[in-house]
Amino acid sequence: MEYIFRILRYDPLKDERPSFQDYSFRTEEKMSVLEALMDIRNEQDSTLSFRYSCREAICGSCGMVINGKFDLACRAMVDSLKAPVIVIEPLPNLEIQKDLAVNMEPFFDAVHKIEPYVFSKKQVLEKGHRIEDKEMDKIFQYINCVLCGCCYSACPVVSRDEKYLGPAALAKLYRFIQDPRDERPFSNWSRVNTEGGVWGCDTVFKCNEVCPKEVRPADGIEALRRKLVVEKIKRIFRFKR
Amino acid sequence: MLSQDILVVGGGLAGLAAALVSDPQLNVAVLSKVHPLRSHSVAAQGGINAALGNNPEGRDDSWEKHAFDTIKGSDYLADQDIAELMCERAVSTIYELEHLGVPFSRFPGGVIAQRPFGGAGFPRTCYAADRTGLVILHTLYEQSIKRQVKFYNEWLVTKLVVKDGRCLGVVVYDLARGEVMPVKARAVIFATGGYGRVYQRTTNAFINHGSGIGIAYKAGIPLKDMEFVQFHPTSLYDTNILITEGARGEGGYLVNNKGKRFMEDYASSAMELAPRDIVARAIQTEIEKGNGFEDEYVYLDLRLLGEKKIKKRLPGIREICINFAGIDPVEKPIPIQPAQHYSMGGIDVNAQCASIVEGFYAAGECACISIHGANRLGGNSLLDTVVFGKIAGEEASKAVKGSKELKDDEKMLLDEALGMKKKIQEWQTKDSGERVHRLLNRLKVIMSDRVGMFRNKKDLSKAMEKISEIRDDYKRIYISGQCLRYSQELVNIIEFDSMLDLAEVITLGALNREETRGSHFRVDFKDRNDKDWLKHTLVTLKDGKPRVSYKNVNISKYEPKVRTY
Repeated sequence: MEYIFRILRYDPLKDERPSFQDYSFRTEEKMSVLEALMDIRNEQDSTLSFRYSCREAICGSCGMVINGKFDLACRAMVDSLKAPVIVIEPLPNLEIQKDLAVNMEPFFDAVHKIEPYVFSKKQVLEKGHRIEDKEMDKIFQYINCVLCGCCYSACPVVSRDEKYLGPAALAKLYRFIQDPRDERPFSNWSRVNTEGGVWGCDTVFKCNEVCPKEVRPADGIEALRRKLVVEKIKRIFRFKR
Repeated sequence: MLSQDILVVGGGLAGLAAALVSDPQLNVAVLSKVHPLRSHSVAAQGGINAALGNNPEGRDDSWEKHAFDTIKGSDYLADQDIAELMCERAVSTIYELEHLGVPFSRFPGGVIAQRPFGGAGFPRTCYAADRTGLVILHTLYEQSIKRQVKFYNEWLVTKLVVKDGRCLGVVVYDLARGEVMPVKARAVIFATGGYGRVYQRTTNAFINHGSGIGIAYKAGIPLKDMEFVQFHPTSLYDTNILITEGARGEGGYLVNNKGKRFMEDYASSAMELAPRDIVARAIQTEIEKGNGFEDEYVYLDLRLLGEKKIKKRLPGIREICINFAGIDPVEKPIPIQPAQHYSMGGIDVNAQCASIVEGFYAAGECACISIHGANRLGGNSLLDTVVFGKIAGEEASKAVKGSKELKDDEKMLLDEALGMKKKIQEWQTKDSGERVHRLLNRLKVIMSDRVGMFRNKKDLSKAMEKISEIRDDYKRIYISGQCLRYSQELVNIIEFDSMLDLAEVITLGALNREETRGSHFRVDFKDRNDKDWLKHTLVTLKDGKPRVSYKNVNISKYEPKVRTY
């Protein structure tokens, strides 16, 4: 089958603006978009840049927009796109460094801002924490996140407000708050009680839709909102007593 | 010039573990060719071993039994004191990881869950469903954010600079800026992982070129036991994505085209949970006997586990099978075949992770201490990375604190960087010659066809010739694209030099070792020969040629016996 790969190219040091370049590509095999891109790079144009590593949808390197759909290029199969023209664009909401490689720093900065680690004052427990599996199940949804940045890129709030932490960071915060080992004080996580935090979310659930790992970050944002409200109310009553 | 007290190269588990324990008063940085979370550690699935005794069937487990299983699994090539060291530290290592936030799966009562794994006398593999590597890597990354570890991401080390037996630093290629520069360091720790992509079929990530091992070799450091290459029994047919040993640990069967659980012919007691070398050879033998499907694969059948257990314990495997093979293991058996998975061999270092070059350390898959000997047990590699990553970080810290900074070493670093720049210019000025991906494709085929699971003198000798031919062709390599920013072509050209060395060292070690031990199976020498070969292979680059020597194995408690499972 013959395909046209229409790839957005941009070298910020040379080009005035990004533009599409077409590559014709023939394959009879079942192959991923990532493998096709590597083949195009090897055989047609070695200046084509994009990130990759694991090729099994676990490292989060190769997020991009493929025929309008956010996905990891390694898990998007060329034949299942069922289109003769395959348009490939870098993740939006992030600055292009070269071609399909974008600057992920704002995304990671947002994740780092929520202090993404278990807060624990204790020493290492000799036999570890006792935690029932059903407690762990509550966070399993969120630990599937591979930090690929697809949700951040697809989020309409991020695109208009760069201060907004974005879905992945907020969902990760929820993952820690739900972790029975985390002793993070309310004063720490209530910092997201803002427009740049949980109240910035438009609830259009674009993040849930695009996540290649079925994390459903918006579930975490909604749960954070509820938890914030409950904590606030609790605090008012405690104050009154 | 950028200068570090400790420079950790590689942001996977071993690298992050090293950085996290390094003395906070020192100026420590992690340098990696990819963002740390993209490291191949992330793809580890089934678990990490420690004799916690949490499984009802593992109550009598102990670290000594773990050490014995490791040594027996290694076909007695592991250094026994080192295997003991790792297994003794395993229990506290797991609780430490748990404390840092690793979301392990749990048993009723809230203790860390443990599943059976190959070659182990007790179920001692701790896991987080089948995403154990992902959660440990993310946890250590989280801790390094907390500790504000300095990262240099998307920098590729091209050379280790050594003067008079002392490490001065490295030369790097910065992918984002497309520039080459030196980095001075009082201690360098390599945690650069394995070389799976030297083979055609591998479970390893696309980035696993193994250049770290090759760079150490180029700097005159011996490589140890490189002929021992682990082939994982169960990789997904065609894409060779790993299907965890945990799938068999949870109860999955291997069946051939006659519907027979053929492992009973090869390891009647351990069955599917024999060590990897034995199971991988059994599968390949079945396929070659015509008992496979399409002469390519056999089935791993998980259906007996039931939908609930598969979704709970093996959700990642199910996702991989659906995404990449269009098969739901709840309904259909998984087509699997063996594929290269791990390197038992690596940079020769001692129990302190130190090499013969002062200030140079190595840990994780790129290193060989040796823990895994001729065959690594599943669940021991994650343990190895964390235990020895920490040792490397601690030892490097001690050494740096006890030494004086060298003053006059910048010139050599600058010269080496300049040399690299010139080399790149040469590759750029040529407009015809050899393309690196074609050379790599040739190399992979040779390694898979002739230096694979079943080896013989004729094939190995032929492979040596072919590798040498490719080495000649590599001299005519050129860069076809002119932009050096994010040039994967340049990365590949630089790393291919190492891949040639690795291929040669693996093949040479395999050719010389006229016996069968663990993963190294010689069709023409089918028995283990302890009298002549109970020793480590060392290959050192001298005057541009590999020189082979041998070193004794530390046998402390366990006399080598015939392995039966």
